[in-house]
Amino acid sequence: MTTTESDLALRLRVEDLYAEYAHTIDDDRLEEWPGLFTERGVYRVTTRENYDNGLPLAMVYCDGRGMMADRISALRTANIFEPHVYCHMLSAVRVLSREGGIIRARCNFSVLRTMQEGETMLFAVGRTFDKIVEDGGRLRFAERLCVLDSRRVDTLLVIPV
Amino acid sequence: MSSASAAVDFAWPFEDTSRAPFRVYTDADIYALEQERIFQGPVWNFLALECEIPNPGDYKTTFAGDAPIIVARAKDGAINAMLNRCAHKGALVCYKPKGNVAEFNCVYHNWTYDLSGNLTGVAFRKGVGGKGGLSDEFEMKANGLRQLRVETYNGLIFGTFSDETPPFVDFIGAELASNIDRVFPKKLKVLGYHCQVLPNNWKLYAENNKDSYHASLLHVFHNTFGVVRPNMGGGVKISDNGWHHLSYTQRESLGDEVVAKEKVRSLQEQYKLNDVTMMEHKLELGDQVTNAIQTVFPSLVVQQILNALAVRQIQPKGVDRTELVWTILGFEDDDADMQELRLRVNNLVGPAGLISMEDGCVGGWVQRAAKADPEAMTIMPMGGRAIEASKGSRITEAAVRGFWKGWRECMKV
Ligand SMILES: [Fe+2]
Repeated sequence: MTTTESDLALRLRVEDLYAEYAHTIDDDRLEEWPGLFTERGVYRVTTRENYDNGLPLAMVYCDGRGMMADRISALRTANIFEPHVYCHMLSAVRVLSREGGIIRARCNFSVLRTMQEGETMLFAVGRTFDKIVEDGGRLRFAERLCVLDSRRVDTLLVIPV
Repeated sequence: MSSASAAVDFAWPFEDTSRAPFRVYTDADIYALEQERIFQGPVWNFLALECEIPNPGDYKTTFAGDAPIIVARAKDGAINAMLNRCAHKGALVCYKPKGNVAEFNCVYHNWTYDLSGNLTGVAFRKGVGGKGGLSDEFEMKANGLRQLRVETYNGLIFGTFSDETPPFVDFIGAELASNIDRVFPKKLKVLGYHCQVLPNNWKLYAENNKDSYHASLLHVFHNTFGVVRPNMGGGVKISDNGWHHLSYTQRESLGDEVVAKEKVRSLQEQYKLNDVTMMEHKLELGDQVTNAIQTVFPSLVVQQILNALAVRQIQPKGVDRTELVWTILGFEDDDADMQELRLRVNNLVGPAGLISMEDGCVGGWVQRAAKADPEAMTIMPMGGRAIEASKGSRITEAAVRGFWKGWRECMKV
């Protein structure tokens, strides 16, 4: 891909989407999280073990904003867990291709989890594989696949990574 | 492996198993004795699935308690299990989780074993230039990998260290074996794995699975979305010796007034799902059972939650850490729609499971509180003191009392 000004502009917009995604979760504005996806967007969290072996299982599988909203309302009203917050660290953002209106991009992430007592641990490390589209005058995820290297999940995973 | 016995000064402090001392969750000596008397005692440890090692030379590594295990398929198709520890310096013979090999080779000093664990080669056995090497008294035959006795049942592979363990069906009883027939009636396919670290003693998770009482109280998602309500039919079955259990629910109404009286915290009728596809259930096992949780003492859970089928293996990792390995299953003949349905319903289970995630944290809360007073006791009074089946109600701790009966019998305390 030759670098043109518009490639750079696109990359900045993708980076901005990634940061907005991280801040939405880290600020506990989880009700806004489904809005970062298209209406029929897909969100999945899996492990490198499953991904590399071609196994289809996901730990979290949301097909459309409705399922994402269900996850969040369950987190708010039904699920029991010790309060905690995430801090996302993103790096190695790259736009891989832009074809037929679909932008393929990826980044590396680590998620630091801080429990209510103030103890922080490295909770998740992995890569995202994303399909991003123009939707309603902005970029949104048509698909976000989070592949965890850290396949041992400590205690539970309730907040989306 | 008998060093632990002498060190433990422990007597069961109550007349039956309706109470248990918190010390059992926190005492490292008890943990060590459990390895010897339970996991290496008269039990069948779940090790792997046949479909994970379909071809000769396929192997997978796992654990039976603390003990690292290799499960392998030999050239004749037989399944072997052996301790993953070289007879020489004790290094892991297989340090990769799975693979296909003609023989096992310990990379440390290049000792080789066949697929049954027999020692077949020692590097520089004759030394070099007539010097060094093994003396004549060394017996190859006596220095294989320690082998476990293996049985398979409907695609599940079990291993035992003990000569006393009865055949698997006798071990769990015909009634409970029939649930494995029911849930796994045909060739299985692995859809994926989860691994969840529980910040608690392994027994707290083992008990949790037998505790049918907590299901509708802790896992509020059940009631909120109507997956399982106390008014659904079902019951608890327990093996004759008390060690193993099955808790199940099926669609038959007992009347809503039962629920109302108990004022279940979670009954929020206004709470609806935007998308109900993850709750869809295609009846596939020839009955109306929606949920069936079965335990095989000490460390296996067989799970049917709607169409989410799984085995969960409990791996103790020290007195206050447990790894829970979920193997999520479908059938080899699932079509694309059926697989998609399973992947959706699997949102309910696993480390992020909408009806299972709480089990990841409650054990840790007990573990933290147990430290304070190890001689105090947890009480298990629901359903009286007996260890007996119940039909129509799951509001009982009978199966938990059965777990402790099995624990005491193995531990000889
Ligand atoms: Fe539970």
